[in-house]
This record gives sequence, C-alpha cells and structure tokens, in this order.
Amino acid sequence: MSEITAEQVAHLANLARIALTDEEIEHLTTELGQIMHAVEQVSEVATPDVPPTSHPIPMQNVFRDDVVGTTVLTADEALAGAPESDDSRFKVSAILGEEQ
Amino acid sequence: MSDELIRLSAAALGAKLAAGEVSSVEATRAHLDRIAAVDGAVHAFLHVEGERAIETAAEIDRQRAAGAPLGPLAGVPIAIKDVLVTKGMPSTSGSRILEGWIPPYDATPVTKVREAGMIPLGKTNMDEFAMGSSTEHSAYGPTHNPWDLDRIPGGSGGGSAASVAAFEAPLALGSDTGGSIRQPAHVTGTVGVKPTYGAVSRYGSIALASSLDQIGPVTRNVLDAALLHDVIAGHDPLDSTSIPEAWPSMAEAVRRADVSGLRIGVIKELDSDGFQAGVRQRFHESLELLEKNGAEIVEISAPHFEYAIAAYYLILPAEASSNLAKFDSVRFGLRVTPEGGGTVEQVMSATREAGFGPEVKRRIILGTYALSAGYYDAYYGSAQKVRTLVQRDFDAAFANVDVLASPTAPTTAFKFGEKLADPVSMYLNDIATIPANLAGVPGISLPSGLAPEDGLPVGIQFLAPAREDARLYNVGAALEQLLEAQWGGPLLAQAPDLSTHELTATEEGAL
Repeated sequence: MSEITAEQVAHLANLARIALTDEEIEHLTTELGQIMHAVEQVSEVATPDVPPTSHPIPMQNVFRDDVVGTTVLTADEALAGAPESDDSRFKVSAILGEEQ
Repeated sequence: MSDELIRLSAAALGAKLAAGEVSSVEATRAHLDRIAAVDGAVHAFLHVEGERAIETAAEIDRQRAAGAPLGPLAGVPIAIKDVLVTKGMPSTSGSRILEGWIPPYDATPVTKVREAGMIPLGKTNMDEFAMGSSTEHSAYGPTHNPWDLDRIPGGSGGGSAASVAAFEAPLALGSDTGGSIRQPAHVTGTVGVKPTYGAVSRYGSIALASSLDQIGPVTRNVLDAALLHDVIAGHDPLDSTSIPEAWPSMAEAVRRADVSGLRIGVIKELDSDGFQAGVRQRFHESLELLEKNGAEIVEISAPHFEYAIAAYYLILPAEASSNLAKFDSVRFGLRVTPEGGGTVEQVMSATREAGFGPEVKRRIILGTYALSAGYYDAYYGSAQKVRTLVQRDFDAAFANVDVLASPTAPTTAFKFGEKLADPVSMYLNDIATIPANLAGVPGISLPSGLAPEDGLPVGIQFLAPAREDARLYNVGAALEQLLEAQWGGPLLAQAPDLSTHELTATEEGAL
C-alpha cells in the first residue's frame, strides 16, 4: 500500500482538528509509516468471502418510549463543566473566519 | 491493626464489617493512611477522596447500626479507574484535556458500587484515554510497579492494579479494551477480569473503542473479583449494548470451584518462543497442576490470532478517532484560544493540540487515516473481516474445550522508557489479550508465580465463551487454591514492603 507523506499527515491533522507542529508532523509521518506497515498484513487473510464484523455480540436495535427519563441533567448541571457559557447556552467563538 | 486491615481480602474485610468487629470508618481510614504513606512512591491515584470517603463510610456504619440489609462488600473501600465518570469527583481519563472537570453524573458501575455500600477512595491513574500498556502515557506521570518501582505497572489500568498490589485499596474498577485489566494484573501479581462484552454497563465510561471496551474487577484474589463482578454486572437501559439476560452468581462459581473433567485448550500460537522463558515455565507448571487435579489439557490452534494485533490497531484508532471528537473545547474540559483569537475550529484545533498527548494524537491520526476515503476498505474493512476470522477461531476452539489458556502477556514488567520510543513493540504487549476483545469473550488473569530469571510476577490467562464468565471463576479459583497451597499463602505476601518509601515520596513530590 502507498507510503504516507507529510502532506497527508498535515491533511489528516486538519480533518481531526489538531493543530500539529511541523516537528510533530515529521515524527508522525515516520511512525505512521511503520505502524501501517505492521498492520497492513490484515489484507493477507481478508478475502472477499469473509463477512466483516463490527460488533462482538450479535444485537438488535433497542427502542424505548419517547419520554423524559429520570437521569436527565438540568441546564445548570450540563453547563457546569463548560469552558464558557451564558445563562442557558454553551458559548463559542466565531463560527466563520474573515476569509469565509 | 491498621496494617492488618489493609492486608485483608475484600471478602474477609466485608465479613469483619458484617460481624461488627471493625467499622467502615476504621477500614477506610486505614486505607487512606496507607495511600498517604506509599502513594508518593507508587502514584496509583490521581485523586483521593480523603475526608469525604470517611463521611461515606460513617453513613454505611450508621445504616448497619440501624439494621439495614447490606451486601457482602458494604463498607469496603474501592478505587475507581479514572476512565469512569464520578459525580463530584474529578475524572480526567489520564488526559490534560479533562483536567479539573467534575462530572455531573456517575457511571453505572460507580452507581452500582455506591448502591452496594462500597466506599470510593479515589480515582486511579491510567494511560491517557486508556491508550497504552504501561501508564507512561498518562498526562500526570506514570504509576510505579509495587514489586519494583523502576518498572511499569502495566496499562492502561496500571493505577488500579498497583493500588490493590500496594494494599492501598482491597479492590478496584478497571476497563479493558485490549488487555488494560488483564495485563496490569499479570505484571503486578493481582487478579483482573474482563467480563463478556455487554455484561457490565459502559454508561459513563469515557469511551476509547466502543465495540471493545468493557469494565471489570481488579482485585488481589479470585473470590473478591467474583463478588465485585456480581455487584457491577447486569442490564442497564442506559447502555444499548448491555446484555439483557440475568447472570448467575460468580461468587457461587468460586465457592464451587472444581476442575475435574474440565477441558482446557492451550492456544499453540500464544505458547511460543516470543514469550519470556519464566513466563512460559510458570504457565506450564500451572497447567500441570490443573491436570493433576483432574483437568484435561488439549492443544488447540487459533491460526488467525497472529492477525489480531494488526486488526486491533486499525479498529481501535478508527473508533477512538470518532469517540474523541467530543473533546472539542465546547462542553467540558480545556479551551485554548490561539493568539489574537480565532474561529471555533481554530480554537478546537489549538485545544486538541495542547490537551492531547503524543500517543492520543498518534492514534487519532491513524484512525482518521484508516477511515478515510480510498483506504477504508483496505484497512478498516479488512480489519473487520479479521475480526470475523478471530471469532471463528474461538468458535472452533470452544466446540472442543471448555476454556482456553495462555500466558497473559509475553514478558514480566519492563523498565520505564524501554518501549516508549517504539510504538509497535509497545503494541505487541497485548498479543495474548487482544483476541478476547475482538470476539467479545470474557477473560481472567491471575498470578501463576514469579519468573525465576527476574523474580517478577507472571499471570496466566483463561478465556471462556461469551456469557460463560462463570467458567473463568471456576478454573481461576481452583488454580489459585492449588498455587497458594504450594506458595504457603498469596503471591503478594512476597512483594517488597513499601513502608520504607515514605521519605522518598515526600522528597520526590508528585512523581
């Protein structure tokens, strides 16, 4: 499979919303290459006839009545750990930048 | 008196509490004193409840005095892995990004231990977001192995394992995604159980990989693990992956332990040259002991286990990269604003850069890559197929044997720093524990002795079919009884006395 480049890692970091430094990108490029080399052996046995498993125990979807439960947090409790909030809402900085 | 109290098993302490020979306040105080004396050197705890634990204990003592019906572990102190959220107690999952966060609710296993009258002593150290095998990836510094303070206590739940091994708590809660309960048990001479996936609610457990994570007991003996398992297991409507059926008593399985006629399969692929000589030696001695007492030992092959680590290190990062997206600087935890301000996305990126450690970043990027368009089928899709093949290996094996056995991990505790620079060699620690998580089956690790070459603890792992957790307690309890008869007591009685480390602790501060 293809080699990982620094540009790819920078792109992935952007997708994952982590402002990696150039040094971190350099490190990760090497490490990811090594790790991917170690894990790509999965393709040796993953033949088309094998069905994928996403969950260890077969389960069905769970439904419940659409009523308010007993474990619901109050707005104050929900906001208590927020870095910034006003009365009843989480507060964030601008959604759009100047170039947008 | 105090030293005697901390060395009791949870079951024995519970019995003394029930008989009124000791109060929960006394028992809790004895453990808090022990934490004060040795935790500077061990660093098993990230948070200690202190006087609040004493107040909780006093309340249980009042209930007992009033004649309230209490369970076998009522009044017994317990340590809680920091991956579980606890109302009113800090919960960081070993990460800076959650430093100082006080959750507004309890995880279901925490609710259950509180309802059982147990006394939370505090929160235990772990690799950040449970990513690691050594606690070296904790943002708050590593935990030290009570058998040798220069060595790792295993991970990610090194704090929970070390806390019970150092007699700071009689038992603890852990979480196991690829071995995080069992491998620390192996290197610290303690007992750890990963229940069947879905046996214990994951509600309030800060998710690493949702299809692999499972909460379980961390203790010094098999009966204590069974008692705690009985407390925390059971259906929870708040976790849709929780198994609805009722469970038999694990403590009962321990009390009836008998291996005559039990068919034990030795996994050929996990009994190889890649394992340390002393680890294999103790493993085979344990098997011989079981055989002498009526068990039948059969060699079985699990040909796809060699692909399990590769599949795991694709599935886990993929799920983790998604689960950790919630740390976005909006609802809880850290917020870092770039110089001169920025958009919400720039704030998010700066926060995650500052708040996540190197291993977390590595796995998020890896997971993002494995899930990205063009690579999804080759990596994540293939890994899911390997998962099927590993499950088929288990199905074939369990058609012939009742339980499977292997050494829990390839080596005894290694020294700090030994594997830090090489992520792939660190990942290989989990070679024997990962298959159980991929297939959802339960596993136990219990001490099988000390490796002759380094005098460090070695664990033996048993695995059972999904929902047959009781089989683990049966074989585990039987082997423990046979081994302790040979050793003349528990293995931990041979661990070094840590009380001389009090001064070091004070000098070194928050190591």
